[in-house]
Amino acid sequence: MGTMVEITDLRKDFGSIVAVDGVTFSVGQGEVLGFLGPNGAGKSTTMKMITGFLTPTSGSAKICGHDILEHPLEAKKRIGYLPEGAPAYQDMTPAAYLTFIGEMRGLGGQDLQKRVADTVEKVNLQSVLGQPIETLSKGFKRRLGLAQAILHDPEVLILDEPTDGLDPNQKHEVRTLIRTMAPEKAIILSTHILEEVQAVCTRAMIIANGKVVTDGTPADLEGQSPNHNTVVLTVRGGDVYAIQAQLVKIDGVSKVEELGQDGELRQFRVFPDQGRWIIADVGQCAREQQWEVAELHVDRGQLDEVFRSLTAPKQALT
Amino acid sequence: MGRIQVILKRELAGYFATPIAGVFIVIFLLLSGAFTFYLGNFFVRGQADLIPFFDFHPWLYLVLIPAIAMRLWAEERKEGTIEMLLTLPVTIWEVVAGKFLAAWVFTGIALALTFPMWITVNILGNPDNGVIAASYIGSLLMAGGFLAIGSCMSALTKNQVIAFILSVVVGLGFILSGFPMILNLFSGWTPHFILDTVSSFSFLTHFHSISKGVLDLRDIFFFLTLIAFWLFATATIIDMKKAE
Ligand SMILES: Nc1ncnc2c1ncn2[C@@H]1O[C@H](COP(=O)(O)OP(=O)(O)OP(=O)(O)O)[C@@H](O)[C@H]1O
Ligand SMILES: [Mg+2]
Repeated sequence: MGTMVEITDLRKDFGSIVAVDGVTFSVGQGEVLGFLGPNGAGKSTTMKMITGFLTPTSGSAKICGHDILEHPLEAKKRIGYLPEGAPAYQDMTPAAYLTFIGEMRGLGGQDLQKRVADTVEKVNLQSVLGQPIETLSKGFKRRLGLAQAILHDPEVLILDEPTDGLDPNQKHEVRTLIRTMAPEKAIILSTHILEEVQAVCTRAMIIANGKVVTDGTPADLEGQSPNHNTVVLTVRGGDVYAIQAQLVKIDGVSKVEELGQDGELRQFRVFPDQGRWIIADVGQCAREQQWEVAELHVDRGQLDEVFRSLTAPKQALT
Repeated sequence: MGRIQVILKRELAGYFATPIAGVFIVIFLLLSGAFTFYLGNFFVRGQADLIPFFDFHPWLYLVLIPAIAMRLWAEERKEGTIEMLLTLPVTIWEVVAGKFLAAWVFTGIALALTFPMWITVNILGNPDNGVIAASYIGSLLMAGGFLAIGSCMSALTKNQVIAFILSVVVGLGFILSGFPMILNLFSGWTPHFILDTVSSFSFLTHFHSISKGVLDLRDIFFFLTLIAFWLFATATIIDMKKAE
């Protein structure tokens, strides 16, 4: 698994604004790295520097060993890039646009035609091929942007919000497409959709105020949730205080929270001691007490809770 | 196909995909005809040449060429497509050259479509076709000069209206710098070499000397250097301002 993208201490200032503040990471073949972070965190700016559009204030980016500043053409050949907002020439048709991009990338003749046809099929553009881009719906424009990025089968894919504006079916298709391409490529994508990270990324990075605040697998991130591995129990009937008192007595339980009542139903969240796996004990307790259990499951933790706790302005300093 | 050619082809197709091409060519032909026949007294002069026709070209270009050039970069930056373009494996020089050449070829096409004028004088009399050919070449070179200025002004702003106005103003400077009236204003108190330098930058001076039928290398060199200079400035500005 060779390193394909190597970012070292990348920094970008816009006047007094520090958009990207010393970002370092590398991405290897087969990895799909998801950039998460609040608006204005510096995700797009980082991508613009990796793809050679913006010149960094300091730091470097290497694509398959080629420095983007020293050997821009060699590096750019290996990148497919979907910029934020998927810009394209509005007066062209998707067919003409993809041909143009292919020719710019040195493709031609039969090879180009075949690649255009294949790519169009991959992102389902067949129905709009001859329609001026300015008349396409948002989702089709985004898919055209994706088509343009994967046309030359690049080793490195940089996708800025690839599924923004797509309907649920198309989101699913695009995620499947990304997963299929992943083994041979290094992919970096940004998204505001946290399930997307779980669905396609092998690694997630949260960026806030231009800095990387966390970097790990989606599972690692979930592990940082305060609710990670808690057990949620819903019981029909019974006295809330009595149930709570029984639950706290279980070995390995640190605390119990009442989540609410809905008619007959009472719901509790049971927190384990560090590293304990308590669902079996909770189940056992419920049977012994002859509670009428409506639901019992382990909560793996929600990414959005982690996201909020790491990037909400109040806690940004901790 | 080289990358400059690919860009040239796309840009040129772009002119014809929109009403720009039609509108520009029609207005160019109408105005050049109207100027020649009404203001230039084409018939009254009773001479078989195209001097009145070519005399108006600097003024036509002054207004019409900025209209072509204003979108070269302003639109690209406004739509964000510049980000697409400059992250393709292409150098900024290739992009600047490709876009400029497409606009130049396009004005060349408009200029070539004035051929009925040339046929007319040949029917009416016996013009010196060498002079006419030289004038066409001079006119094309001058159009290139105006375009290169326009390209640079378009690189300065996302706003096409501002780009248009700036190009007209700068273009006007390059026309007026050769006018005796303007030069006289300075002649009392400015050293001679400065006056000479200023007037040597005039489009009029160089265009007139070419359109007398003398294809002097210095005049050709003047326009080509001027084009190269403004394109260099374009590339530098784009590189600096592309992010804004
Ligand atoms: N050309 C520019 N000039 C000045 N400031 C800029 C420029 N481009 C970006 N910024 C600033 O840099 C910061 C990072 O912006 P960036 O677009 O990278 O954020 P982002 O993480 O992609 O946000 P979003 O989730 O909204 O897309 C912001 O504060 C933004 O205002
Ligand atoms: Mg962004």
